[in-house]
Amino acid sequence: MAKKKKAIWEWKIVGRAIWDALLKLNPHKMMGNPVMFVVEIGSVITTALLFKGGSAFKFNLQITLWLWFTVLFANFAEAMAEGRGKAQADTLRKARAETIANRILPDGKTEQVPSSKLRSGDVVMVSASEFIPSDGEILEGVASVDESAITGESAPVIREAGGDRSAVTGGTRVLSDWLKIKITSNPGETFLDRMIALVEGAERQKTPNEIALNILLAGLTIIFLLAVVTLQPFAIYSGSPQTVFVLVSLLVCLIPTTIGGLLSAIGIAGMDRLVQHNVLAMSGRAVEAAGDVNTLLLDKTGTITLGNRQAAEFVSAPGITAAQMADAAQLSSLADETPEGRSIVVLAKERYGLRGRDLAAHEAQFIPFTAQTRMSGVNLDGREIRKGAVDAISKYLSEHGTGLPKEVQSAVETIARSGGTPLVVAENRRALGVIHLKDIVKGGMKDRFDQLRAMGIKTVMITGDNPLTAAAIAREAGVDDFLAEATPKDKMDLIRNEQKQGKLVAMTGDGTNDAPALAQADVGVAMNTGTQAAKEAGNMVDLDSNPTKLIEVVEIGKQLLMTRGALTTFSISNDVAKYFAIIPAMFAGTFPVLNALNIMGLQTPQSAVLSAVIFNALIIIALIPLALRGVKYRPMGAAALLRRNLWIYGFGGIVVPFVGIKLIDMVITRAGMA
Amino acid sequence: MTVNGWIQILVFLGLIFLVTKPMGVFMARVFSREKTFMDPVLRPIERLLYRVTGVDENHEMRWTEYAVSMLLFSVVSMLVLYLMQRLQGFLPFNPQKFGAVTPEHLAFNTAASFTTNTNWQAYAGEATMSYFTQMAGLAYHNFVSAATGIALAIAFIRGIARRQMQTIGNFWVDLVRSCLWVLLPFCVVGALLLVSQGVVQNLRPYDKATLVQPQQVQTTGADGKTVTTTVTEQTIAQGPVASQEIIKEFGTNGGGFFNANSAHPFENPTPLSNLIELFAIFTIGAGLTYTLGRMTGSQRHGWAVWTAMAILFLAGVTVAYWAEAGGNPLLANTNQRVTALQSGGNMEGKEVRFGIANSALFATVTTDASCGAINGWHDSFTPLGGMVPLVNIMLSEVIFGGVGAGMYGMLIYVVLAVFIAGLMVGRTPEYLGKKIEAYDVKMAMLVVLVFPLVILVFTALSSVNGFGTSSILNPGPHGLSEILYAFTSGAGNNGSAFGGLTVNTPWYDTTIGLTMLAGRFLMIIPMLAIAGNLAQKKYVPPSLGTFPVTTPLFTVLLIGVILIVGALTFFPALSLGPILEHLLLAAGRTF
Repeated sequence: MAKKKKAIWEWKIVGRAIWDALLKLNPHKMMGNPVMFVVEIGSVITTALLFKGGSAFKFNLQITLWLWFTVLFANFAEAMAEGRGKAQADTLRKARAETIANRILPDGKTEQVPSSKLRSGDVVMVSASEFIPSDGEILEGVASVDESAITGESAPVIREAGGDRSAVTGGTRVLSDWLKIKITSNPGETFLDRMIALVEGAERQKTPNEIALNILLAGLTIIFLLAVVTLQPFAIYSGSPQTVFVLVSLLVCLIPTTIGGLLSAIGIAGMDRLVQHNVLAMSGRAVEAAGDVNTLLLDKTGTITLGNRQAAEFVSAPGITAAQMADAAQLSSLADETPEGRSIVVLAKERYGLRGRDLAAHEAQFIPFTAQTRMSGVNLDGREIRKGAVDAISKYLSEHGTGLPKEVQSAVETIARSGGTPLVVAENRRALGVIHLKDIVKGGMKDRFDQLRAMGIKTVMITGDNPLTAAAIAREAGVDDFLAEATPKDKMDLIRNEQKQGKLVAMTGDGTNDAPALAQADVGVAMNTGTQAAKEAGNMVDLDSNPTKLIEVVEIGKQLLMTRGALTTFSISNDVAKYFAIIPAMFAGTFPVLNALNIMGLQTPQSAVLSAVIFNALIIIALIPLALRGVKYRPMGAAALLRRNLWIYGFGGIVVPFVGIKLIDMVITRAGMA
Repeated sequence: MTVNGWIQILVFLGLIFLVTKPMGVFMARVFSREKTFMDPVLRPIERLLYRVTGVDENHEMRWTEYAVSMLLFSVVSMLVLYLMQRLQGFLPFNPQKFGAVTPEHLAFNTAASFTTNTNWQAYAGEATMSYFTQMAGLAYHNFVSAATGIALAIAFIRGIARRQMQTIGNFWVDLVRSCLWVLLPFCVVGALLLVSQGVVQNLRPYDKATLVQPQQVQTTGADGKTVTTTVTEQTIAQGPVASQEIIKEFGTNGGGFFNANSAHPFENPTPLSNLIELFAIFTIGAGLTYTLGRMTGSQRHGWAVWTAMAILFLAGVTVAYWAEAGGNPLLANTNQRVTALQSGGNMEGKEVRFGIANSALFATVTTDASCGAINGWHDSFTPLGGMVPLVNIMLSEVIFGGVGAGMYGMLIYVVLAVFIAGLMVGRTPEYLGKKIEAYDVKMAMLVVLVFPLVILVFTALSSVNGFGTSSILNPGPHGLSEILYAFTSGAGNNGSAFGGLTVNTPWYDTTIGLTMLAGRFLMIIPMLAIAGNLAQKKYVPPSLGTFPVTTPLFTVLLIGVILIVGALTFFPALSLGPILEHLLLAAGRTF
């Protein structure tokens, strides 16, 4: 679902957008956009003058209509951007439908209440095939949950009490088993509510760069207002006074209507693009900050490497055959359901042909992994097999008077130095050998880090591994830096330190202990599977819980700014051609020599003015897809990017209107419109 | 155009290139209060000045205090100059026994003009001002208004360079150091060089010379009768010219001692004095680009800005030189070619000793900077040749620019260029590690708005009302150019006159006076606000994702922004002025 591209022109959205475009003519709403507000005032003035009569009615009528179209097209662009969000919001609303919840009262009895009556702190019981009534934290139980209403992902996910997967979202459905949930949100404040508000753009506030750009555009509008208003006295002085229709046309063509009309659509579409990637940004500010990020903190596990280490080889101690070692390793892991444990069984089977054995026949006693012993293993037929971290096993051995043989010791070091994790296997208090667990770096990560580097972003890998291991993986993955043996406090210090140097930091996190760092980071993307605390601390939530997504978030942030910058440049560059269309048209009647400036060879003064106005209106429509999709972003250095965009939107912005206005002029003269 | 002409132009640019670094390093040291070789002489004087005036030289000012100090100083200086003109008759050094400068609006206009470093002159110096007013009033302002401009540019540079600080320096210290270290020593040397070329320096009454060949002059009296008089004697004005001449250029003031300004043989007698004057105009402006690089730690950025200026300069001088060397198309039957005996081209209103190249160069340089000194009449240039100085001023005189004013004007464009570029590379725009945000853009736009506001509005009012049009000497588009040039020159604090407009009228004296004040102070306040705001900001280290402000691409972008902002604002007005006049000239109509 995440990558499914929506068509730009969906008829349902277009229909609604046309209606919304008309509603947006309300001057109160237009005032937020100074550029288009000026166009609307201009349209009102020309409309009023139209009814006063006078000559050239046909021309004046066409000008007036196209001025209105200019306003409507801009409104339509905004409505289109909002429409895409609204369609999504409608789907979400269905998920929010009223359900009946089983609230557990303090005395242990349950009562049925509508989900809208639930308050934060209530405890509810949700059984299989029931909807989870509101956001909450699981108190008891394990269940598979269908979260497709929110993430679009149809595969169910496991949610369980305790740990980092204990948060549930209202509107999702329990598929099997049951959950006892403590509600954490009040009605109207749930995740779903916030999500609906966000995609609808109801809460949209202008972002800092958008405000700055708006000021620039308003300033330019005032400059052009001055240039056009004072042109009339100059025209009178020159004996060639102009009609209001022509002056308003010139003004509307000059002020940056292209970017002014598309500005809010670009902002809404940027947020929408994030939603398409299943990322919810809590504010537009966060999206912009993402484009500015200097440092990316990435957790090693799950982001840079595949979630789990895998057994790569068995190294046997002197005097132990490979088969003995593999046998012990396999036995110790048969009951070990962790991915590492399973990979040991797989390796034993593939490399040494050892098949899985049914241990029920033997009197097997499994020793589970505990945080205290940090070993696991099995007691079977008088054999006491253990596997575990080096220090744990050597402590276990030394308690019984033996130690690690030198050869084992050196094998351990070799493995650690290469970035692997050594697990020592011991049988009956004797070290048999070492299992080499290896981190598998995800495919394509190196390329992505190279791209990030080209964009000027530094990547830092965060890992709990020792520095040796961390360095090896960092080298393999191609990250710029790493933080080994990282504690939450180390992470925090790293972020603070980067920020002190003026850098912006982005990170992902899911656990409760990530929460402070997520809050401190400029862009904190919380995983949807994460705890409530993490989700509240971050300023974005990734519904797919894919930590690599941070890279896309950065790109979307950049793309948002670039689209604004590119269209601003395009809009201003367009003015050159418009001057060459309108100025000679205004004065060539009195001074035929000024036709020298009519380098496009436009037919008549009227067709020239009209063509410029029509071009100015149509270009808004033509650029809606670009505004909604964003300009193409390629990871490259700023200088190369600017050169490229200056060519396309600066130089292109000068050339395109010359061609466009000329074509329109040919069409309308052929059609007898002017 | 001749090879000789181009060599002169390129030699001039080469000299400016050579002086950039030493001047820039020197100014950076002076304003960072580091040791310079002049300290043994100047430090005692500086300390004495502070002791007398009660200035604490270690006190640092926020931008608001800096602005208030600068405004107070300017207001008081302006009042003093006004009173000095009005009380001229009672003051010493007045061998010609000039009375008070009248009318009041002329005195106001002149006071505003010299306070704002404009030196717009609605009077003729040798017929209006006593030596005392020239020296203690006008020359004083030539120094302090230039020093104020330099101080402001340095304050702005500090704003960029400083990190998380509230202050941008001390106005009084910057002012004093500008005068003592930068302006005075160079002026002493420069004045002596000019004297060596024949520029006069005395306090004598005007000389009388008997004409070898008496001239018959016909004048039309108020009653309409033509009176013929025979002139046998010529008055030759004198004065302390050299001392005022050098600061006129070095401080980009431009106010001539004589009405004929640098076309007058006592102000600018030889081609060498012409070169010295041209050189003086650009020295500080060019040096400040190096100071910018040095103080902000990005020397290549300083050179990138320098290059943008140099390219715009060359573009201007090329058009002006080409247009003037081309001559007048209506005189096709006349020999306008360059020969050993004549300069060729359009020599109307130009000095023979300077010729086409040096006149076009001077017109370009004086308007690239906000100097306003002239050595030929811009009014008599061809329409396109005359448009070059006009457009130069409209671009805010940022091509090396007025002392200080050119630098901070350019930095406003840099802020805008960086803002657009930053967006286009997908980052919050940064300039030398400082984020450019809404507040900075707002203030930059306020600066940019001042020009169209005063120039276009006042020109529009003057072009359709009797009080404006009655001053025009030439009809048609040329008349519009004359009004447009007057207000543009005022707003740009240039001070050069196109001519052809009677400006000593209540309307023009007052409105141009206001235009000059707006063009100076309305720009300075938002500019200082940006400086103060930038100084407070955190430094963001540059990365590959940051748009570099040191590359040729940046130079191109900066030029683009300057041209686009200027062209879009003024194209309609220009199309009815010089452009229309040019096209009509080709069609055989003149004005």
